[in-house]
Amino acid sequence: MTLDENSQKLSETKAGWQPGLILTGPFAIFGRAAIRWTNHLGASAVFLFLACLKIFRPKQLTKIVQQIYYVGARSTMIIILVGLFTGMVLSLQSYYTLVKVGAQGALGTLVALSLVRELGPVLTAIMITARAGSAITAEIGIQRISEQIDALDTMRIDPLGYLVSPRIAAAVISFPLLTALFDLIGIIGGYISGVILLGANAGTYLFRVQSSMEMKDVTDGFVKAVVFAVIVSTVCCYQGYFAHLRTDSHGAKAVGLATTSAVVFSCVLILVADYIVTSLLI
Amino acid sequence: MDTPLIEFKDVTKRFGDRTVLEHVNLQIYEGQVTTIIGLSGSGKSVLLKHIIGLLKPDEGTILFRGKPLTGMKKRETSESLAQISYMFQDNALFDSMTVYENIALPLRETTNLSRAEIDCRVMARIEQTELGDAAHKYPSEISGGMQKRVALARALVIDPQIVLFDEPTSGQDPVRKNAILGMIAQYQRKFGFTAILVSHEIPDVYFISNRILALYNRTIVFQGTPEELEHFDHPFKDEVIKSIEGLQEELTGLYSKRQFKVLNHAQLKRRTLGETYSVAVFTLKGLNAIIATLGHEAAQEAIRSMGVFIDKHFSAIGGFSTRRHTSEFITVLPYSDLAEAEIILQDFVKDFQEQGIRDIWAGARKRAVTDACVEFTILAGIAQGQPIVEIDSVIRSAEQQQREIAWLWCDERR
Repeated sequence: MTLDENSQKLSETKAGWQPGLILTGPFAIFGRAAIRWTNHLGASAVFLFLACLKIFRPKQLTKIVQQIYYVGARSTMIIILVGLFTGMVLSLQSYYTLVKVGAQGALGTLVALSLVRELGPVLTAIMITARAGSAITAEIGIQRISEQIDALDTMRIDPLGYLVSPRIAAAVISFPLLTALFDLIGIIGGYISGVILLGANAGTYLFRVQSSMEMKDVTDGFVKAVVFAVIVSTVCCYQGYFAHLRTDSHGAKAVGLATTSAVVFSCVLILVADYIVTSLLI
Repeated sequence: MDTPLIEFKDVTKRFGDRTVLEHVNLQIYEGQVTTIIGLSGSGKSVLLKHIIGLLKPDEGTILFRGKPLTGMKKRETSESLAQISYMFQDNALFDSMTVYENIALPLRETTNLSRAEIDCRVMARIEQTELGDAAHKYPSEISGGMQKRVALARALVIDPQIVLFDEPTSGQDPVRKNAILGMIAQYQRKFGFTAILVSHEIPDVYFISNRILALYNRTIVFQGTPEELEHFDHPFKDEVIKSIEGLQEELTGLYSKRQFKVLNHAQLKRRTLGETYSVAVFTLKGLNAIIATLGHEAAQEAIRSMGVFIDKHFSAIGGFSTRRHTSEFITVLPYSDLAEAEIILQDFVKDFQEQGIRDIWAGARKRAVTDACVEFTILAGIAQGQPIVEIDSVIRSAEQQQREIAWLWCDERR
């Protein structure tokens, strides 16, 4: 039974509404939502699985490189800007707090670990979602409503392999690299703010950055980046690919809503996944 | 008859509570142009999408060369469907790709041809569809008619055995409509593929179709030749064909073939034995050369101008005209014997040489793809008929009497 048929059945049940159902009503609404989300989750998992299988087909390399350019390379500037100011504000806030307890020497440790373990992967993923994820959903959504995806089908070109697989592969490659860039720029931002502007000791800052970080901190950050890459690329592609099946709107409006949904779901799922991955890795 | 290439047996399709196709039975034969006609929203595109495999029937069977698609192995289905190309109603071009890239896409993605080979095949299609100047433009930078040609070129680039055209002329002006239909007919003859069209363009599609399928009230109510459709007695004819033909008449002034026959029949019934009428047949000679030199749209504009001029001249004296073939018009002069018709024709020839042929050239030049000159020769012939004689034999006789009445090479007359 499809999601729509399910909803329809439940709506029909709603038509026979009785006063006694007032108590059970909220549970029914919750149940409907749970069924809908379970369906979406299952469909997304199948979608991701099939798309991953098609990454390794011939003629994919060029498309993956193109997508790395769109998803990764063209996000560099925004990552540099956000990384720089995140590092600067983090250093600024931390410096005044640490001064109060006489521990300003730990500024490098605090900035580096916060960025590498948490802020780097999360903010990078959120920024790429805002910049590239929304564009992916809108592009695939428009291709869907203008029958371009059907056209691929009629040309015997697998739409999943052609449109989705290269984007997932590109995200998995780009996210860790952009996270590394974010971390580096963030640490530099912390140096500018803490050392150059506030007068913390430069040698102590750099020594603490180097000595407090272990390889595990870096790899854990990259693991998160890969998980976020899979989440963002799958959610954004899925929302665009099935924009035509939305029941709340049609056409261009459906693409607009799909884009909004993609960004919101991606951001929420990034934070949820961040907690789960952190608790597993810690 | 041979085994049909595609056959529907009791195919039913529903979307939710709405039944779009109900017990549809049809046959499509290899090497022919088959047109599916029907009102908007009657399910024609849905029917076409079943053939290409974009939709699956809820009930019934689709046979491909006698074998059910559902019973085929995945590879066999894929091989069968690989022979089919589809031209979408709204073209479905990739707007982030150039015209060249759009046409090359199926070759790049589904074949192992070298870059040079792909380039050669794509450029050949670009030349054939007169898109040379637009090759490196994006779809949004070219006209609707050119976008149609790009979609057509993309559909033909893989050398398909079957091409499905979903409303290929939608959103086009009358000249471009006929130009696209002419192009489909020309390529179908040239490449020999089986063409399946969905179209509203009645009666224009009759000129290029071998078979017509009429979809009405969710099912196929007629299958046969355009000539057989003339004698088909069904509410479909009143609701669909007559309404569309009425619009056609308003737009062009010319009667459809069917209206022409009805009108002629009514005229003849009023006549007594011994009374005569005359038929004049006009032909634009060398249409293929005109198409090759000036393009499809220019050729269609020339034909349209010719039809308008003929109709304007003869309707004023009680005659009525129709377009019989792509470049042939027939006029009936119901109250004239051969001698009178000769005089009327002489008047017409004088007018035509003065103005008519120049109108044709001016119309063609507006739509021409080059400034090149081409020879325009108009032939005309007349014959006399009697109420007891079938009009077709009178038309044949007029065709045999045809002689050159006007000739033009750029602005030079003969």
